[in-house]
Amino acid sequence: MWEIALSNRRKSIFLVVLMALLLFSVGYTTGELLLGPGGGLLGIGIALIIWVILTSIAFFQGKKLLMRISGGQKIEKADHPRLFNVVEEMVIASQLTKIPDIYIIDDPAPNAFATGRNIDNAAIAVTTGLLNRLNRDELQGVVAHEIGHVKNRDILFMTLLGVMLGAIVLITDLAVRSFFYGGHRRRSRTSSQSSNQLQIIILVIGIVLMILSPIIAQIIYFAASRKREYLADSSSAIFTRYPEGLARALEKIEYTSIRMKKTNRVTAPMYIVNPLQKLSAKSVGLFSTHPPTSQRIQILRNMAGSPNYIDYDTAYKKITGSSASIIPGTTLQTVIADRKSPSKPELKKTVPIPTAVLAGAAMSVEPEQVSERVRETTDAIWKAKNYRFIDCTCGAKLKVPPSFNRPTVTCLRCRTSYSLNSKVENGK
Amino acid sequence: MGISVIIFLLIIAGIIFVLFNLYNSLVRARNAVKNAWSQIDVQLKRRHDLIPNLVETAKGYMKHERQTLEAVVNARNIAMNADGVAETGKAEGMLTNALKSLFAVAEAYPDLKANQNFLALQEELTSTENKIAFSRQAFNDSVMNYNDKCEMVPTNFIANMFNFKKEEFFEIEIPEERAVPKVDFS
Repeated sequence: MWEIALSNRRKSIFLVVLMALLLFSVGYTTGELLLGPGGGLLGIGIALIIWVILTSIAFFQGKKLLMRISGGQKIEKADHPRLFNVVEEMVIASQLTKIPDIYIIDDPAPNAFATGRNIDNAAIAVTTGLLNRLNRDELQGVVAHEIGHVKNRDILFMTLLGVMLGAIVLITDLAVRSFFYGGHRRRSRTSSQSSNQLQIIILVIGIVLMILSPIIAQIIYFAASRKREYLADSSSAIFTRYPEGLARALEKIEYTSIRMKKTNRVTAPMYIVNPLQKLSAKSVGLFSTHPPTSQRIQILRNMAGSPNYIDYDTAYKKITGSSASIIPGTTLQTVIADRKSPSKPELKKTVPIPTAVLAGAAMSVEPEQVSERVRETTDAIWKAKNYRFIDCTCGAKLKVPPSFNRPTVTCLRCRTSYSLNSKVENGK
Repeated sequence: MGISVIIFLLIIAGIIFVLFNLYNSLVRARNAVKNAWSQIDVQLKRRHDLIPNLVETAKGYMKHERQTLEAVVNARNIAMNADGVAETGKAEGMLTNALKSLFAVAEAYPDLKANQNFLALQEELTSTENKIAFSRQAFNDSVMNYNDKCEMVPTNFIANMFNFKKEEFFEIEIPEERAVPKVDFS
């Protein structure tokens, strides 16, 4: 587990540097094109400033901003005990040091994502559609996948890359616009110089770069995102020791035809399943943010009884037909060493699949009570929005909005009046 | 001072640095084991705290199940007084089984199943049970990591030198759990 974060870090730094180089060359050529020869350094400076501003916004306000964009409501344990407990369980399984903030997004499309700049500032968001559709085991698989993103440091990395992608798009957009609308004047003034030849070359390179950089940046961003989805899937299987839970959850998420309301191309890679693209395509293009879900499900189902990184890797190679491993080599080696070492039989015996014994019992008591789950979820949303709950004697539950400012409220069914000052239950 | 002396000192410094690193990695692994154990402890205590509430709630509905309820209370008392990894594992396994039969019996009482308080307690106990399982899993993972370090080159030299002892795994005795892993392809 630690090795994955480590090897991730090395590769991440490489990709971040690559993106930074792209950003600076875009800045340089923009400067040369717009400000005349010698303007390249100033261009780099401007690119740097834009990048620093965007990064610091993402770093310190990113979580809040993202939650506002996607409409997330922060919840406490009392709002939705089941979700909160499942997150706590996965925090324990993954040995994280802190419980991430938990948000609910009021959206019927089932989906989830993780964000934040580090483990102490991480947040996990799930939609109400997800909570309504999935049972406990499936929810656990999804939450474990998101915790996997947090544990493998994907959240910071994807934020950084996303910001750089944004900066590149912004700068090239700016350059192309001013080049076509306002750049002609400036060019005609400097064209009498002897460095004409050089300028044309720079111009040509510049234009090619302008057109290609956003595309290259996107390819890097999406490739990184795809790989991390597989890694998070394998982490989920290892934390829960029950890959079937996530597999079934992915199936349910994939085969719902509802689209998410508030998403865009930059936030799309963060979700567990791409919210924009609802095709169960077998092929994976350079511009896919996620691997095909059917393939992810097959890999999970092909893992052997006791999940570990080797089994995921073997299943990955079998399903995708790829010869390259998805799990970093160092991690595989340690697992192989563990297998060969004499302590292995002990391991198999002492780490059984943590079947939720009581959960199993509870589930047979209430076979998939979807309506119960829907009520639980909607209540959580009301509570998070500071609605006050009053249990009427007739059995109805009154939900009083925080903006309701009359002193009494009347039950719509039995006409009993309640004073809002004394009779408040579950109120916050 | 000649160049050879400087090189010699650098090599010594390098060796000392590597030794410190190895030692620290052992300490880190051992602390991870301790930390994971305290996590199990927290969850076991939480379960012990939840049980009186559960029994109190269930008592009113399950008048004819005195035996089941008593078994839970007894198992809890034994588990609370258990000492050491092996003994704790055994006692907690018994408690898990007692709780399981309590929830199984509860199915026959629709009124109890509809009780909000009981449902909330059931969710809490289910989650605590899972948390125990997951912290046990995390504990055993970190024990394995630590024990590997104690046995494998090069850390085993340091481990022998400074008397790092191998830790034992934590097992909960639940026969069914060991026999059939839960696999459901429906």
